[in-house]
Amino acid sequence: MAIDWFPLWLSLRVAALSTAFAIVLGLWVAYLLAFRDFKGKEVVDALVALPLVLPPTVLGYYLLVALGRGSPFGKFYEWITGSPLVFTWQAAVIAALFHSFPLLVKSTRAALESVDTTYARAARSLGASEWSIFTRVTVPLARRSILAAAAIAFARSLGDFGVTIMIAGNIPGRTQTLAVAIYDAVESGNGSLARVMVLVISAIALLILWVANRLAPRHLFG
Amino acid sequence: MIHARLKKRFPAGPDSAEFMLDAEIRTHDPVSVLFGPSGAGKTLTLNAIAGFVRPDEGRVMVGDDILFDGATNVHLPPQERRCGYVFQNYALFPHMTLRQNLEFASRFRPKLERHRKVNEMLDLFRLAELAGRKPHELSGGQKQRCSIARALLAEPRVLLLDEPAQGLDPMLRAELHDVLRNVRSTFSTPILMVTHDLEECFALGDRMFIFHEGRVAQQGTPPEIFDKPASLTVARLLGIYNLLQADVLTLDPGRNTCTLRLGDCELAGPYLPAKFKGDRVWLCVRPEELRASPRDGRPGLNQVPVQLKGATPRPGGMRLEFDRELLADVPRSEYERNRHNKEWIVEFPSAGLRVL
Repeated sequence: MAIDWFPLWLSLRVAALSTAFAIVLGLWVAYLLAFRDFKGKEVVDALVALPLVLPPTVLGYYLLVALGRGSPFGKFYEWITGSPLVFTWQAAVIAALFHSFPLLVKSTRAALESVDTTYARAARSLGASEWSIFTRVTVPLARRSILAAAAIAFARSLGDFGVTIMIAGNIPGRTQTLAVAIYDAVESGNGSLARVMVLVISAIALLILWVANRLAPRHLFG
Repeated sequence: MIHARLKKRFPAGPDSAEFMLDAEIRTHDPVSVLFGPSGAGKTLTLNAIAGFVRPDEGRVMVGDDILFDGATNVHLPPQERRCGYVFQNYALFPHMTLRQNLEFASRFRPKLERHRKVNEMLDLFRLAELAGRKPHELSGGQKQRCSIARALLAEPRVLLLDEPAQGLDPMLRAELHDVLRNVRSTFSTPILMVTHDLEECFALGDRMFIFHEGRVAQQGTPPEIFDKPASLTVARLLGIYNLLQADVLTLDPGRNTCTLRLGDCELAGPYLPAKFKGDRVWLCVRPEELRASPRDGRPGLNQVPVQLKGATPRPGGMRLEFDRELLADVPRSEYERNRHNKEWIVEFPSAGLRVL
């Protein structure tokens, strides 16, 4: 049986990209939530967690409306790149991003907050700016937990189904990720193909969880 | 010059009573110590000076610089205050080597100068051989020296130390005192430190502030305070006095004398200004100022007959515990010779009867 490995390759690429975006954005949001007091902090906190509780179809619908060809953002994207955003593999990255972002922010925030504030105080008394405290003290001290969070976020992105199919669709060879391909295979009665892909994705997920567990606290400052 | 006038109210919480910090510190001395029991506001004062805590009102000045002024709403962030802070747990960055910790504190210098300065500090604090180690590979004393060196590298206006001797054994404590004395003579940075070790106040402090419930109960040089505690509270906080209730029997300003009644005995001393006949006063006398000897005939002037209740060995001799809640120190040999004697006499110094 010849297996098309494109869905796996696409899934890995999408998950890697979305995790990278999630780390950059997530660190910033986690920093704001952990250390800054601002108006509407609770609202931001709730909004960040919302994708965890909304049905994927609802989230997908919102994104479709927000990023579609008729929306301001969709038009802007099309004007810049010359092609629409929805129903491309880039849209799958955004779908995966929304799926993994809440998890990453939650765990990163907890990781940042668990760093003893005395270190930040010491750095402040030595004249360090808030930015260099964050990049040179707080994040390095929380790096293992942040990496563990990133690993979980990666695993989560890898498995996104609902949002992806809503905004990226199911175009074989272009936007069909592994999770979508499994659904497709089962629907079309291709049981053996589905079995292989299910085993592959399970093995990868297990491996990532093992890595995340190895990284997570125990010896945080090793 | 360090001048801090601080007021901050903490409302009562579910498991804490209301606390009010209302303290003023003004010192020109090289080393000032804040002494007092836990929860008296010493560390809070340090944190307010460093800028970690914002007082409700008041003012913090170091030298000619205003770091905080409630009236004009000046509140510099800690970064701009240049207050070196040595934390109780040293707060060395655990992911950096000792050298990196020191370099972090002097990032504002050009590279070559930074390298030279860091090396200088490593030598001065006898850390040169440990420069490549991480904090968890260092002993408590080494970490502390590194923490002090790091704070000084940022060229602070003032060096703040929060209970630096906490948890150190006597040898390391003596070493710390040497280090701080060296800092004092090598750098012109004034030092403000929190302690609840009286010996430390004497070993290092040029000026001492006694904190009690958020206020400064007394200030002065350590010997001044030692000789003349301002109030019963201060005497109790210092914890080194016999505190006995006595009544004023006679006062004679002409002859500069007075007599006090302590139980059924009379004591003579110098005239007590601002006291009246019949006043009840607290007699405040240190155990080593009392002379204790076995009873031999009738008690003489300023001698009080007492019964021996117990004895505790002390580094310098024996501390004897008598009835009337009196403690007195005697040399060990004196105690050994008379240890079975129950009847003793305690003689009060007539020149220095201290009364509160």
